Amino acid sequence: MTAMDVVIGVSAVLLVLGAGFAVVRAEKGPSMLDRTVALDIVVTAMVAAVALYAAARRRADVVPILVVLSLVGFVGSVTIARFASVEPEGEGRVRTREEVAAEEAERRRQEQEEEARRRRPHVPESTQDTVEDEPDVEAHGGGAEGEVR
Amino acid sequence: MTVEQWTLVADVVSVVCLLGGAFFVLAAGVGALRFPDLLSRMHAGTKPQTLGLVLVLVGLALRLREGGAVWALVLVAIFQMLTAPVAAHMVGRAGYRTGKVRHDLLVVDELTRDLEQAGGGTTDDPAAGERTGPDAEERVDPAAPGGPGTR
Repeated sequence: MTAMDVVIGVSAVLLVLGAGFAVVRAEKGPSMLDRTVALDIVVTAMVAAVALYAAARRRADVVPILVVLSLVGFVGSVTIARFASVEPEGEGRVRTREEVAAEEAERRRQEQEEEARRRRPHVPESTQDTVEDEPDVEAHGGGAEGEVR
Repeated sequence: MTVEQWTLVADVVSVVCLLGGAFFVLAAGVGALRFPDLLSRMHAGTKPQTLGLVLVLVGLALRLREGGAVWALVLVAIFQMLTAPVAAHMVGRAGYRTGKVRHDLLVVDELTRDLEQAGGGTTDDPAAGERTGPDAEERVDPAAPGGPGTR
């Protein structure tokens, strides 16, 4: 084992530790933007790991992977930041299965009420199937509620 | 010096650079984990994105010592230097507008001061309705086709 191997191994350990800490931060949140920043660090660690591998084995053919990785990391973080919105209270953590089920039931109940309210007045029975629903605001270029413009 | 000595020097410098880059990634991971709010985590996370990446790429270039591959590495470094500020700006802007900035930790907060001088209050609270300030006109654009999502 040469000195080169030792240094490569130490560098690999540092990279894995750094990426691991970043993953822990991505899990903890508390917001989407914190996760974006943490995952950016993971992408950087991946770039560094590929470069380390190329240096250890003297392989020049993995260099295009570096180009692709840096490109993809940029697109991802900019997209997430562009569509970041104000998150409701409690959104920042992973919910338990019961909480998700309760929320889902509540949402479905509200949807059904909404549907019933919209159908009931002024729609004759014969045209009920062909009548158009109200235009969906989001599908026509409107922003989601609370989105950052 | 002979060619062998030069390659040895290049290998040593390359190994030192790689080690430095890996250390920066570790520092970024620790910073992202331990720092208290979004802006300081961004500060920690951007160290390996530019300086650390340049160190790693210099180390790799010194080890490969081939023309074509080295130019591709230069391309990666330039690209990262162009895009990292853009991404950081977008993340910071979204963080400020969605209230992720902890004002009690800031030493200087020129954006909030300027917004208050412009008479609008901060944009920290998006539910506050009317927006004013330096970039208010870019948001209020009813003629934009397709609404605000297409800008």
